[in-house]
Amino acid sequence: MRPFGYQRAASTRAAVEAVGAGDGAVFLGGGTNLVDLMRLGVATPHTLVDVTRIAPATIEETAGGGLLVGGGVRNGELAAHPLVRRRYPVLSQAVLAGASGQIRNMATVGGNLLQRTRCSYFQDVTKPCNKRQPGSGCPAREGDHRNLAIIGHSESCVATQPSDMAVALAALGATVHVEGPGGPRAVPMPGLHRLPGDQPQRDTVLGPGDLITAVELPPLPLAARSRYRKVRDRASFSFAVVSVAAALEVAGGVVRDCRIALGAVAHVPWRAETAEAALRGAEATEAEFTRAAELELAGARPLPGNAYKVPLARNLLVRVLTDLAEAP
Amino acid sequence: MNGEANTIRGDAAAPAPITSDLRLSVNKDVHPITVDTRETLLDTLRERLDLTGSKKGCDHGQCGACTVLVDGRRVKSCLTLTVTVDDREITTIEGLAGGDSPHPLQEAFIEYDAFQCGYCTPGQLCSAVGMLAEAQDGWPSAVSEGDGPVVLDEEEIRERMSGNLCRCGAYPNIVEAIRRVAP
Repeated sequence: MRPFGYQRAASTRAAVEAVGAGDGAVFLGGGTNLVDLMRLGVATPHTLVDVTRIAPATIEETAGGGLLVGGGVRNGELAAHPLVRRRYPVLSQAVLAGASGQIRNMATVGGNLLQRTRCSYFQDVTKPCNKRQPGSGCPAREGDHRNLAIIGHSESCVATQPSDMAVALAALGATVHVEGPGGPRAVPMPGLHRLPGDQPQRDTVLGPGDLITAVELPPLPLAARSRYRKVRDRASFSFAVVSVAAALEVAGGVVRDCRIALGAVAHVPWRAETAEAALRGAEATEAEFTRAAELELAGARPLPGNAYKVPLARNLLVRVLTDLAEAP
Repeated sequence: MNGEANTIRGDAAAPAPITSDLRLSVNKDVHPITVDTRETLLDTLRERLDLTGSKKGCDHGQCGACTVLVDGRRVKSCLTLTVTVDDREITTIEGLAGGDSPHPLQEAFIEYDAFQCGYCTPGQLCSAVGMLAEAQDGWPSAVSEGDGPVVLDEEEIRERMSGNLCRCGAYPNIVEAIRRVAP
């Protein structure tokens, strides 16, 4: 590991200024991904600016009935919060589906959103990777892509965004509050993460010095009936192969409203707006859920080794919606 | 995953290490120490403070052998930079027992034969202590249903302990030992 400086920012403004200069300083939250990437030689910052003492670590109710989650809240605390569990069960479930107890105690909300892909080529500095080294190529298209993207990928990158939490936040339409060199701003979810295009080195729309200070959950009564379901290679402590975050409101056998996002299928948490539009006003039946899922996935462009993810995503989505419709 | 990247090399061409003077509180003892910013808590404990109970398994946060408690919460010491925890209270496997009396979980691990080679055991024990505190605080897990108090049955214990691997496969006895201590 290359030597690096360490400083503890005294304020949000000081942290933003320290990293915003763009000379190789980066924010340090829980470090569960960054420290590992530094050890692997993938990340080589010259200074770590520790924001865990200044990033807000509280969860507060907003005037409109939503929640404001500080960027420094640890993942374990977020998942256990009574109001998160009651109003947004999909978010609590998504966080609990990720990582392990130890890692959830370390990882922050802001850091979770900014974790890098687990594509094996990205993490192996002996291999080309357009995300790690722009222009070097992408061996995944011809190589191991069993668990990579099926939607929205580009010639230059087929990586997936690995966060479970982000999938729930995309479904809920959360707002990410950012403090940057130009002042504060709000970034909607989905919208924080970006498709790879020809700049796969950019995971998100954030620039140097942009610090996530909070995530705001909107008032959303239908989210009380929501859930997260994750398919993975083993039952626990494993990244998703496909995941679904969904909220569903049914009245008189008809879908009044819904929110749906898919995880582990794209470079972003994939908000399923096509399926949502197809379902609003439709009968809450397995046949309609299947029709909506197939419409959403009509745009999928799987690679030879991950075509299985398309029917898997369809079936998982149908199952989650059916369970939500049948739940008491 | 070769081990070379983990090594702090001292060759002349390499940039000079950057160090930090700090006071580290471990098992209620305060240690004044100068650390390289790259040093992980696991390496500081083992190589500098001679607390070799915490084990290095994968060194990537995936096996749990390095689990310690920071301010009472379980974390992976291999992913924790020592410079980040100088104002925290660290508890390692060496600090679990009260004097000559083993921690109840340590006694249960012996009674229920919850290990074979023992390499993962310090991490399992520290993780179990942290896990019981989380359950006591009402924290749910991925397999919890409803909002009621946490009942630590086998399924709950297996899910909550999934961050600790045991390559001997002593899981049935680990689960049983923890279940006996759980309220």
